[in-house]
Amino acid sequence: MAENVFDLQIICPDRVFYEGKASMLELNTSEGEVGIYKNHVPMTMILAPGAAVITEENGEKKEAAVHAGFIEVLQDKITVLAEVAEWPDEIDVKRAEEAKIRAERRLAEKNPNTDMARAETALSRAIARIYVAK
Amino acid sequence: MASMRDIKRRKVSIQSTQQITKAMKLVSTVRLQRAKARAERSHAYFQCMYTTVCSIISRSGNTDHRYLKKGDSDKKLVITISSNRGLAGGYNGNVVKLITKNDETADWKKEDVKIYAIGNKGREGLARAGYEIVANEADIIEEPLYSDAQMVSADVLARYESGEIGEIYVAYTDFKNTVTHVPTLIKVLPVETETDSEDEKAELSIPMNYEPEEDEALDLIIPKYVTSIIYGALTQALASENGARMQAMDSATSNAEEMIGNLELQYNRARQGSITQELTEIIAGAEAIS
Repeated sequence: MAENVFDLQIICPDRVFYEGKASMLELNTSEGEVGIYKNHVPMTMILAPGAAVITEENGEKKEAAVHAGFIEVLQDKITVLAEVAEWPDEIDVKRAEEAKIRAERRLAEKNPNTDMARAETALSRAIARIYVAK
Repeated sequence: MASMRDIKRRKVSIQSTQQITKAMKLVSTVRLQRAKARAERSHAYFQCMYTTVCSIISRSGNTDHRYLKKGDSDKKLVITISSNRGLAGGYNGNVVKLITKNDETADWKKEDVKIYAIGNKGREGLARAGYEIVANEADIIEEPLYSDAQMVSADVLARYESGEIGEIYVAYTDFKNTVTHVPTLIKVLPVETETDSEDEKAELSIPMNYEPEEDEALDLIIPKYVTSIIYGALTQALASENGARMQAMDSATSNAEEMIGNLELQYNRARQGSITQELTEIIAGAEAIS
């Protein structure tokens, strides 16, 4: 097992969120959900709000919500530069649920003045938070 | 010799100044601790973003992207980060000098430089030197947030894309440690990469894949890169500002201490002098009577 691990770094603007070895990383990117093992082809992907699942060296799984940013995949190293990343215990579920309802309302209204893209991002953020927290 | 009263008055005035500088030193020490911790935490992101973007760009053969080649305009935009308040030694002056010293060199004509000022002191200094100030965001430097950096980067990128400016720089003070702060000027756009060592070149032979398409990916990554540089510079500058102020106030306090010591000596001498004089007068008077 040990030979199948890669270095993983998840970095936020105000802290180093995660640093360690992992055997698999699952993420939601702008092109859909991906799972990455060691020796992946070098790749740059754009993150979409969603849950990141880190499978650690010992098989333990860790979940976190990551919202915006990008990832650089090299053969033995993955760097995630996230603008926001949260562990489940840092998420305020109530607030996320409220945000979800707010965003849904805004999308349902179909008011031409609302920024649809922004409301959609807000919605997917809230969904990601709720998914990770529960 | 100055009279006792004059000396005393001066001493009291210096003492109250010393109290102020001492208080300011304490305040900036506390602020420095906080700003330093913050700068250190964000440094990882800043550094990582830089190396990642450099590696992404040097792996991608395409240099035609609008963010990677020089813009059509000769104008340079310099985001100047200084403080809103003075009393920080050479902190603000050094940032201003960083830009004005380029005056003489041929490719840095004053007319071509536009200043995006963050912090009042730098704006004042550069406006006096005759530079064009295009924006002033003085509030940001008090408590820089990541969203502030996002706003600034969106603004400067819009100017870049509209062709108003061709190059973007950031002038800030890099925080090495509590006593060393280095005024730094870095080029943000177009992105420049250095690949000097042979190892790196060998490693770079593996081409980078993009998902989504390369142009689209760079469109999304470069603004984040610019934001991270601005945010990193802001946190570094804040730590440097408080460090510089702490140093300045520390030396002001010890100068006041020294002055008070000297005045104390003068005052005691004057007092002794007046006592001696009084005694001599009394003795002389007594002698005259007897």
